[in-house]
Amino acid sequence: MKIKAVTAIAAVLLSTSVFADEDAELVVNGEIEMVTKTAAPAHLSDALDEVLSGWRFRSDETQLMQMDDFDNPGMVAVDAAAEAWDAVEGSEGKSCASCHGDVADSMVGVRAVYPKWNDAAEEVRTLAMQINDCRENKMGAEKYGYTSGDMAAMEALISVQSRGMPVNVAIDGPVQATWEAGKDLYYTRTGQLDLSCASCHEQNYGNMIRADHLSQGQINGFPVYRLKNAKLNTAHARFKGCVRDTRAETFKPGSAEFIALELYVASRGNGLSVEAPSVRN
Amino acid sequence: MADGVKPRVKAPKKAAAGEVVTIKCLISHKMESGQRKDGDGNKIPRSIINRFTCDFNGKSVIDVAMEPAISTNPYFQFEATVPEAGEFKFTWYDDDGSVYEESKRVAIG
Repeated sequence: MKIKAVTAIAAVLLSTSVFADEDAELVVNGEIEMVTKTAAPAHLSDALDEVLSGWRFRSDETQLMQMDDFDNPGMVAVDAAAEAWDAVEGSEGKSCASCHGDVADSMVGVRAVYPKWNDAAEEVRTLAMQINDCRENKMGAEKYGYTSGDMAAMEALISVQSRGMPVNVAIDGPVQATWEAGKDLYYTRTGQLDLSCASCHEQNYGNMIRADHLSQGQINGFPVYRLKNAKLNTAHARFKGCVRDTRAETFKPGSAEFIALELYVASRGNGLSVEAPSVRN
Repeated sequence: MADGVKPRVKAPKKAAAGEVVTIKCLISHKMESGQRKDGDGNKIPRSIINRFTCDFNGKSVIDVAMEPAISTNPYFQFEATVPEAGEFKFTWYDDDGSVYEESKRVAIG
């Protein structure tokens, strides 16, 4: 027994030195306080007690990069998108700013509630769909590729305006059917490895997957700057990567399936702060 | 001038005389190595930032020769002693002859 107790203490000591500080708080630029751990939203309370931002699963060095905008490489893309926001494009002679004015005023809180129902179009829209709808129909410009660098940067610019605000995606009313479809997908096993999203991100978060920690798969930090590919990544590109890793044929980014999945996964993070652009490995 | 090149510097606005401060510099630049080929097999010409310097009141603080192996958006972080109030001047030299400049004033206090 005594030996066991000693081992347990050693394990505790070891875990604190190896893993990131469990109680660390995410404060960006010394002023924007982020919620990275909170009670699970009501619809999820059967499965999880707490929802955790992916930031908590990363190493100290990676965590630090996100705590200062100068160190966060994703902010380079935000700067580029800020220029694109003011750039006139397309047949209508308009820029984003022509209708929406200053991004810092008009886009506050937008990221926190997407994907959401669009009354006119009678569909669930992701932020990317809304950006492309504006480009195509209001500006007469070419659509961005759904997971392109331009799209990720524009999403990041819009997201930055909502940093620190809690994700608050509606799951009832007109979006409910889509949300249910997303939930079905989340729990459906796919691929030769026969894994669902839940197999890793609900049942095994915190455990190792090869050399990495599994997170809860929250998307409050998307678009995310990943150190492995040194660029901003959109949620659908990440979904595609995950499904591919189960050795399945993936859905296409922008497909009805991934839109439903994005809505569902976003709702699992209701209460966490919008962190985008976050930094992950 | 290449597209999307933007220098950024983070330096403190104030320092005590003789204090060692940390300076962070990043320039967004694609840093094309000159060793890649495009879809048709043609060599993509080299286009990198080949030199980075920092001066304080005309005195050299750091002078870096950069080579093609340095990645996109080169980032430098270094420490400098601030003996008196003055101005840090940062200069990046591009292969295409462009020179990008940025400066930061530091007060003593």
